[in-house]
Amino acid sequence: MSVKILGIESSCDETAAAVVEDGSKVRSNIIYSQIDLHEVYGGVVPEIASRKHVEKINQVIKKAMQEADCTWEELDAVAVTYGPGLVGALLVGVSCAKALAYAKGLPLVGVNHIEGHIAANFIEHEDLKPPFMCMVASGGHSHLVYVKDYTEYEIVGRTRDDAAGEAFDKVARAIGLGYPGGPKVDKLAKEGNPEAIAFPRAHMEDAPYDFSFSGLKSAVLNYLNGCEMKKIEINRADVAASFQAAVVDVLTDNSVRAAKAYGCEKLALAGGVASNSALRARMTEACEKAGVSFYYPSPVYCTDNAAMIGVQGYHAFMAGERSGLDLNAVPNLKIGER
Amino acid sequence: MKILGIDSSGMVASAAIVTDNVTTAEYSVNFKKTHSETLLPMVDEILTMTDTHLDELDAIALAVGPGSFTGLRIGAATVKGLAMAAEKPVVPVPTLDALAYNLWGTDKLVCPIMDARRNQVYTGIYSFENGVLRAHTEQLALDIAELAEQLNALGRPVIFTGDGCPVFEEQLKTLMKTEFSFAPAQMNRQRAAAVAALGAIYYAEGRSENADEMKPVYLRKSQAEREREEGKGTYYES
Repeated sequence: MSVKILGIESSCDETAAAVVEDGSKVRSNIIYSQIDLHEVYGGVVPEIASRKHVEKINQVIKKAMQEADCTWEELDAVAVTYGPGLVGALLVGVSCAKALAYAKGLPLVGVNHIEGHIAANFIEHEDLKPPFMCMVASGGHSHLVYVKDYTEYEIVGRTRDDAAGEAFDKVARAIGLGYPGGPKVDKLAKEGNPEAIAFPRAHMEDAPYDFSFSGLKSAVLNYLNGCEMKKIEINRADVAASFQAAVVDVLTDNSVRAAKAYGCEKLALAGGVASNSALRARMTEACEKAGVSFYYPSPVYCTDNAAMIGVQGYHAFMAGERSGLDLNAVPNLKIGER
Repeated sequence: MKILGIDSSGMVASAAIVTDNVTTAEYSVNFKKTHSETLLPMVDEILTMTDTHLDELDAIALAVGPGSFTGLRIGAATVKGLAMAAEKPVVPVPTLDALAYNLWGTDKLVCPIMDARRNQVYTGIYSFENGVLRAHTEQLALDIAELAEQLNALGRPVIFTGDGCPVFEEQLKTLMKTEFSFAPAQMNRQRAAAVAALGAIYYAEGRSENADEMKPVYLRKSQAEREREEGKGTYYES
């Protein structure tokens, strides 16, 4: 007997639903992205995101069920992201999922969005099983996580200030690339020289696996201001490539060092920044050198999606985790917290 | 006819079942816990208590707005989930219609006021004619002074109801030139029985919708949209 989970995700600006079988077979993965709506504001506007979620949620869920050719009766549970994220946005998915599960008499499993990102790796990598080290980097999160088991984690390192994706967004805005910054910087950087400008790589003395990107962001802004004052023409591709190289260096160096220190033979990447081509290339190289197997999800599973929530929902469900009808959105939910 | 009514537009979370013109269950809580924690357990409680299965319902009525943006969305998303699973139509009931309906039968004007901040209220002006609720205005967000002016022009006694009463009581005392009073505790906040009872009438009139298409009625744009339209530069700063 297979186990089918309906996953629902609405933590930021993507309304998503998916049906996942046995924790890895994605039967459907529907994502309604609101990126166009937020682009003119240069970032996600929480109220606009929440309003759109409530308009789209049923259509997205129904489409996921249809594409999976799955009936309500065939489902074993409903899994939903309940944090971290934008509270108003989270509440739409949580409220709808609870009502749906209640009305269909299905178990409900609240899922941590970041744990979902980590679990996205199980979709395409059958051989990846805990324990392993995972670097989760996205617009809102940057964590280095030791995945002890499918529902057990230890946070090894975290960002002290900006998330990696956030730094990409801010630098992208400063060099006039617009939102979302990650893919745009990645693209432009391919035409630039990563060694053109020596931007700083921050390392924390007291916490060897933590990172900080605000100093790097300031260095980029200072460089841009300096060029403007001295009337030096700015090579945006070089700025993008050099900035990206600094981020990639820090993320790669910390991840590989942590993997070795924890005796992990496997290292995975997760979250929106995991789509970054320079990061993937650099990690592949560094892991090969260190004798560590390296994993990352396809871009569609790096971005916010519900398949990953279905996957993590499956593992939580199998571990006996259940949520009640009073499940609330927890905007600052920590990894491993229940 | 069996209608489940839900109102989470303000501080009150309320759920009720109205069966053939009788309120068979009603559960209202005006407490600081979030609607996300209270609403669905309350729905479960009244359904269980009355041995009602969702399949028996003809429709689900929702106070669709105006109100607290988040409250409206919790109500709407909950109703969408229930309606999708039970395959039931949804009857969107304007929040202020339902608030006014609590004062059924009065010969005075009924003016529900909900605190909309910035010295404004979400409001409407209602009366009952031959037992039928009649709206003299659309639901709208209005300055309290402007509302008083409109009511004064109508020259009829008014009953105020809603969570705006304690907030604007003092101002209304100076602004109002016609006779006015404030509704008592059993009818001065949102009640899902009124949503369900009015929902039953609207349902019979064919005013039901597919849950998938239903949207809350906010009456206001988001702050970011307003500021952008007013040309106040970019909303997002690094």
